[in-house]
Amino acid sequence: MKSGSNLEKVLTAGHFAFTGEVGPPRGANTESIRTKAAFLKGNVDMANMTDNQTAMVRMSSMAGSLVLLEEGVEPNYQMVCRDRNRIAMQSDILGAYAHGIRNVLCLSGDHQQFGDHPNAKGVFDIDSVQLISVIKKMRDEGTFLGGDTLDGAPEMFIGAAANPFGQPFEWRVHRLAKKVAAGADFVQTQCIFNMERMREWVHQANDMGLTEKVYILAGVTPMKSVGMAKYMKNNVPGMDVPDWIIKRLQGVEKKKAADEGIKIACEQIAEFKETKGVAGVHLMPIEWEHKVPEIAERANMLPRPVV
Amino acid sequence: MIIAERKPFEEITEMIKGYKNILNVGCGGCTSICLAGGQKEVNQLNAELTKENAELKIDSFVIERQCNYDFFVDLDEKAPKYDAILSMACGAGVQFVAERYTSIPVFPALNTVFCGVDRNVGWFEENCRTCGECVLGDTAGICPVTRCAKGIFNGPCGGTRIDGSCEVDPDTPCAWTDIFNRLTEQGRVDKIIEVKPPRLWQNQVRRVLIQEDYKARYAE
Ligand code: SF4
Ligand code: SF4
Repeated sequence: MKSGSNLEKVLTAGHFAFTGEVGPPRGANTESIRTKAAFLKGNVDMANMTDNQTAMVRMSSMAGSLVLLEEGVEPNYQMVCRDRNRIAMQSDILGAYAHGIRNVLCLSGDHQQFGDHPNAKGVFDIDSVQLISVIKKMRDEGTFLGGDTLDGAPEMFIGAAANPFGQPFEWRVHRLAKKVAAGADFVQTQCIFNMERMREWVHQANDMGLTEKVYILAGVTPMKSVGMAKYMKNNVPGMDVPDWIIKRLQGVEKKKAADEGIKIACEQIAEFKETKGVAGVHLMPIEWEHKVPEIAERANMLPRPVV
Repeated sequence: MIIAERKPFEEITEMIKGYKNILNVGCGGCTSICLAGGQKEVNQLNAELTKENAELKIDSFVIERQCNYDFFVDLDEKAPKYDAILSMACGAGVQFVAERYTSIPVFPALNTVFCGVDRNVGWFEENCRTCGECVLGDTAGICPVTRCAKGIFNGPCGGTRIDGSCEVDPDTPCAWTDIFNRLTEQGRVDKIIEVKPPRLWQNQVRRVLIQEDYKARYAE
């Protein structure tokens, strides 16, 4: 065991993992995290706590992760390279570990231009691949990036993100390989809608032997409406929403579109469960946490394994 | 080349407010070439300033380069006669002038913007952030520090759009997509397969460079 996190235990025991996601509040009130945690508890193996996503200032992901812990949901502490340099990042990893956080997800971060402080200076001192290697070094070699010895190594389960769709497509699997080489233990993908591309990407990862070295959790986001599907297709960079999804949502009565969205998500989950090289699903219901118990149930993800 | 642009007129008038006898010094180097601080631009600014304030006495003088004291001989004679200097050089030149005449306030008339190239007449593009450890050899001659919005060394990030443009702007190509495509064309994709380790940033404190052949000369 590298970290002993629940996610690591579930995966190493050979179970199909099911993880969730929570965004921290835009203020000091932790109530929303606690409410969302109640929907996730017992229904997922752990939940990501996002780090100032879309570059909007929110409660820190470390603080949010600690609230999740208090509520009995294992956190996956997201850390972006946009806001901190290598000194702050290593320091935060130590603090997070000391307080019981065992999973960390290394990300570049959405560019600050998208957020509510577009003129902030982006840090990007190290990139997400380098961040993985820094945490691995701290964990496995017990030293800082600078070389000094740690008094207590942070035994983190190291996560990375992957986008199987962006250009250049042929390079995407190599970028995954770089993250694996840097030390990623698990990977969570971007929301997947284009199943064909995803299959091809997983196939490539299998061929390169990557799925033997890293656990891939496929990202699933249920569409709530036709409008949401169109918005994601046209306005969210890096999203690949094929027309068949929009057509299926349009094919049902308006008030049944959300249900159709969940149905599509469940079909995707069922396929991933049978896909060689996919070790689990990362569910990202956007502002729809209260639907997690229903989705988990309908996707046959319950009960979650206790290991 | 260093690319600069003129500051807003109001900012310039605000800086020089209260000074009656000013010398506007142009630069024949980069800022002249990028059409921001040569003879023509000095004349134009002075005309605008005197139109705004008829009392103002402002003279013009252009030297070949404000970043080398060899070209300061004539300026040395003129400068002491003025109660303020406006410089139309890049920030480096402005500082060199200010360092030369410490008793006279020196004001920048330009904003120094970047180090780049001429795409066309009057159209410039940033290409280098002078990071001090050039990686262009491995990146097909495309600078990830400058042209990737996140300046990452193991790109592309997860935000690249489906059409290969950068997440921050659909009209800007993703630097890393371009790097990959050009390396593919050259059969050199192996250059970016290995993880590039965290870089040892060198542009954190002021850098001074003495070329190898001159080290002995400045040893003491
Ligand atoms: S890598 Fe980019 S910023 Fe660094 S020296 Fe080369 S061109 Fe300039
Ligand atoms: S899309 Fe490409 S250029 Fe833009 S930030 Fe990401 S890697 Fe850099």
